[in-house]
Amino acid sequence: MGLTGLEIFKHLPKTNCKECGFPTCLAFAMALANGKTSLDQCPDVSEEAKEALSSAAAPPIRLVKIGTGDKVIEIGDETEIFRHDKRFNHPTAVTIAVNDNEDVGTKVETVNELVFERVGQRYEVDMVAIINASGDAATFKTAAETAAAKTDKNITLVTDDVGAMEAALGVVADRKPLIYAADKDNYEKMTELAKANGCTLAVKGEDLNSLAELVDKVVALGYKELVIDPGSRETSKVLADMTQIRRLAVRKKFRSFGYPTIAFTTKEDLREEMLQAGVYISKFSGIVVLKTDKKEHLMPLLSWRENLFTDPQKPVAVEPGLHEVGEPTADSPVYITTNFSLTYFLVEGEIDSTRIPSYIISVDTGGISVLTAYADNKFTAEKIAADIKALGLEDKVNHKKAVIPGGVAVLKGKLEDESGWDILVGPREANGIQKFAKSNFA
Amino acid sequence: MAVEIMKEKYRSSVREVVLGATKDEGGTRSHTIKVGGETTLPFLHFEGDIPNRPVVAMEVWDVVPEDWPASVKGFFEDVYNDPAAWAKKCVDEYGADMIALRFKSADPDLKDASAEDCVPTLKKVLEAVGVPLIVYGCGKTEKDNNIIGPLAEAAEGENLLLGVAEQENFKPVASAAMASKHSVIAQSPIDINIAKQLNILISELSTPLLERIVIDPTIAALGYGIEYSYSIMERARFGALNGDRMLAMPMIGNVSQEVWSKKEAFLEEGEPTWGDQAERSLAWEAATSMALLQAGMDILVMRNPESVKIVKKQIDDLMQDNSY
Repeated sequence: MGLTGLEIFKHLPKTNCKECGFPTCLAFAMALANGKTSLDQCPDVSEEAKEALSSAAAPPIRLVKIGTGDKVIEIGDETEIFRHDKRFNHPTAVTIAVNDNEDVGTKVETVNELVFERVGQRYEVDMVAIINASGDAATFKTAAETAAAKTDKNITLVTDDVGAMEAALGVVADRKPLIYAADKDNYEKMTELAKANGCTLAVKGEDLNSLAELVDKVVALGYKELVIDPGSRETSKVLADMTQIRRLAVRKKFRSFGYPTIAFTTKEDLREEMLQAGVYISKFSGIVVLKTDKKEHLMPLLSWRENLFTDPQKPVAVEPGLHEVGEPTADSPVYITTNFSLTYFLVEGEIDSTRIPSYIISVDTGGISVLTAYADNKFTAEKIAADIKALGLEDKVNHKKAVIPGGVAVLKGKLEDESGWDILVGPREANGIQKFAKSNFA
Repeated sequence: MAVEIMKEKYRSSVREVVLGATKDEGGTRSHTIKVGGETTLPFLHFEGDIPNRPVVAMEVWDVVPEDWPASVKGFFEDVYNDPAAWAKKCVDEYGADMIALRFKSADPDLKDASAEDCVPTLKKVLEAVGVPLIVYGCGKTEKDNNIIGPLAEAAEGENLLLGVAEQENFKPVASAAMASKHSVIAQSPIDINIAKQLNILISELSTPLLERIVIDPTIAALGYGIEYSYSIMERARFGALNGDRMLAMPMIGNVSQEVWSKKEAFLEEGEPTWGDQAERSLAWEAATSMALLQAGMDILVMRNPESVKIVKKQIDDLMQDNSY
């Protein structure tokens, strides 16, 4: 995306004044192209050049915010279609729908409790969407007020009735809710409301063409804090539309689609609904709105979101420290490995299959694998010995034996000297652990 | 202004692999199943063909699965002493497209059953169901190398999908497939280069076998590194569509084996915030499958009938035409 250094250079004053901190305008242009500096560092840049450069350099998908303070959600600003090319930036905002004619307080409290602790991470849902199912403005207003009082999560207001939207905004505008939605009939008034309250506005089309037209109309009214909905609801169609929107925005810089998207599930069966939401998280939705408030359904969805939005270029680490497999006792074996998650999970899985409760020390190697960490001096006898001490292993087990990966057998002598423990050299590959455990610990 | 729909035209396609063989084709299956053949990325019907829907194979063991949680074991309470009845139940009641038969009994640490012990079970399962079969050993390479040949021979012409050929150990399975007219699972450890290399090795052994390979890219469960598998699969599929014939195979994922060994699936109590084990575990298996489908999985090996049910429904939905 963006312009090359030479394209940017054309728009610069070419004075080589050095005020920007670079020796020449060309050097400044190159740095700009790489995102290493910003245009406002140039004292002489013309307004026309600013206009031309900023619109060309704008991200293909706008970064949009919902909410206020430390609860603000950022969505959009995506630049990729495949996560293996570069990280997806902003995780899908998972949103639970609450009808205004049900017991809003109770449902919102249930949503508040959807918090999970897994592998040292905390997952929670991001937002509640108050749906104007009653069709009544006063009910909608009360529901919004109740929800706002019960949760500090962000809020989406869902109604096509301008009066109801205005009423609800009257009580929750300070939370900067997402306004859903401007459609072909109400867009002028909804845009006004969004502008007046400084809220992000969802724009809903009936298909891709009508969506593009409507977005252009709203932008013509001077508002760009938008989230877009192509209006499709069948799983396969939503997948197609979301793919088109992402492709057109990223590859063609099609401005009408340069906003994050929102998708609504339709499945009545809550299990099916979970899978439907999973497709939308996988394929490019900025926000997904679903009904289920079951922990058992949200935990896998939030885990999947966590996985999908990790940086593919960064090794993923598990928390370093002492991990337990099963319920280990003072007699249990102690294994040592790195905290590279692929290594760790393979090792943990194999140890689990031995059916012998065990301890695993995952040494902090910065999330890199055994041999790489060894080569890089991040998996050393000193470090492992220090971990054995610091983690209090001597109090937890009644023996002084630990297993190291076969790939670093060379550490054995030094580690025994450093730690005073007996070091067993385990198999080179995790798939040898079962056999190893059988002959050593069974 | 009308939106200009972006359609990618890829140079190539995924190979279509036929599994099973009917009487006319030298086997005894009631029908065959085709997998692969895609000319675009998953479910983008608007720009290419997805001629075959992804299929679900349900797992059947030749021993009682003692350590399965009650929430899934309960579905098979009446049949898990009898692999043939178990397989039949999976097909008739739970809609399994295929059966993945695991010869756990061969495990030297369990019963250390011999090939002769295993063959009758295979024959009974073949008689009990008409769907194509996937056959796995016990998972311990040395032992599996001893039983795979006789099993393949006993089912000659059935076009089983035989597991698993690995880079360091592909000959026993590949040779058995070649000799007795079966297909083969080529398993690589979340590594696209090894996946390719293995397919080259197999094709050097037997060129025709190249048309009968299904790639197992090695998948992880949700929360346990599935994103690596997801990206490897996306890259492999992208490579296949762009003309890399050594990656242009359908893919199989051993979902149940990965999911059911994880705490999220089996822990009865779990963390206080994790909710009910039965619901959580079936959701975990189904959601893992969902993610893999989005990366191009063609065959899912699954365990819980309730997970199978919702995943099959989602496949129905995803197979709906979405042309513009």
